[in-house]
Amino acid sequence: VTGEQFAEIYTVAQVAPGPNAMYVTLIGWYLAGWKGVVATTIPLLIPATTLTMLVGHLNERYPDAPIFRAIRRGLMPITIGLVCAGAMILMRTVNHDWHGYLITMVTVAVVLRKPWNPLWLFAGGALAGILGFV
Amino acid sequence: MLDQTVAQQSAHKTAVTRLQLFIAFSRISLSSFGGAIFWARRELIERQRWLTEREFLEMYTLGQLLPGPNVLNLTVMVGYRFGGWSGAASAVAGFLGWPCLVVVGMGILYQNYGRLPYVQQALGGMSSVAAGLLVATVIKLALCCRAVASVDFWRARIHRRRRDALAVALGHGGACAVGCLRRVEVRVMEELDLGALFLQFLILWFLAIGGPSTIFPDIHRYVVEAHHL
Repeated sequence: VTGEQFAEIYTVAQVAPGPNAMYVTLIGWYLAGWKGVVATTIPLLIPATTLTMLVGHLNERYPDAPIFRAIRRGLMPITIGLVCAGAMILMRTVNHDWHGYLITMVTVAVVLRKPWNPLWLFAGGALAGILGFV
Repeated sequence: MLDQTVAQQSAHKTAVTRLQLFIAFSRISLSSFGGAIFWARRELIERQRWLTEREFLEMYTLGQLLPGPNVLNLTVMVGYRFGGWSGAASAVAGFLGWPCLVVVGMGILYQNYGRLPYVQQALGGMSSVAAGLLVATVIKLALCCRAVASVDFWRARIHRRRRDALAVALGHGGACAVGCLRRVEVRVMEELDLGALFLQFLILWFLAIGGPSTIFPDIHRYVVEAHHL
C-alpha cells in the first residue's frame, strides 16, 4: 500500500501547479498535517536561501571570475541537454500510445508558432482526455 | 525574435519592485503545471522582459549546479538581482507560498475524487500537454544557445583555454564527488519524529545537486521503507 500511495502523491503533485519538488510538501501533509508541511518544505528552502544566495551574490559581483564565466559558457549546452532529457522522460512516461504523442506534438507546434496562453492547451488536453481520446 | 535576443545582450537592469517580483513569481508558480521552467521562461523573458534569453540560461545553469529545485534557485537569483535580500524573499514567497496551499488542497481533493474516471482521463490529457511545453522550451533554449553560447564557448576555449577548462573540471569534479558520497543512511523509525524528519529532508536537499529528481529515490526509501505512511 505504501509504495502505491507514494506514487499517487507524486502524481498529484506533478499535476498541481507549482514546482515539481512540491511533492515533498504533500508527503509532509500525509505524514503529519500542517506540521509535516513545515517539516518537509522548510528544508527545501534552506539550500536555496543560503548557498544560492551566496553564489548569486558572487555571480552578480564578480561576473568576470573564471569560474562563473566557465560555468555560464561551458555548461549551458549541458543545461539544455538536461532539460531535454527531462522532457523525453516525461514524454515517454505520460504518453502510452500515438494519441498522447499527437497531443504533445501539437502542443510543441502551437507553442513555437503562436503566442497563445498555454493554459488553453491544458484545457484542450483535459477535454481530449474526457472525450476518451487519450 | 531570436535575432533580437542576440542583439540585446548587454546586461540591463530594469527597475523592478518587490511587489512586481512577488506577483511575477506567483504567476509563474500558479500556472506551472508539470514543470516550472516553461512558465519561468515565458514570464521572465517574453512577458516582463527582465532577462534576456541568454541571462536566463546562465542563471538556470548556475541554479542547476546548486542543490535544490532548479527553478527555485533561479527564483532566488532573479529576486536577489533586482531587489537584494528582500527581493529574493518576495520572489520565493510568491514562488513557493501558493503552491504549498494548492498542493495540499489538491491532495485533499484527490483523496476524495481522484478515483473518478473523468478526473483520471483529464489528467492524462493534461500531462501530454505538459510534456509538449517542456519540449518547446528545450527547442527555444537550444536555438538561443546555438546562436550565442557555442560561439562564446569555443572562443573561450581558444583564448583562455587552461583557466576555463580547469574551472569547468573543478565544478564537475565537485558535483560528481558530492553525487558519489550522496548515499544517505535512512533511519527507520517506529514513531514519526518531526525533528528527525526535518533533519533528514534538510540533508537530502543539500545533496540534491542537479534538481529534486536526484534525491527522489532517497525520499522514496525514507518515506516508504520507514513505513511512515
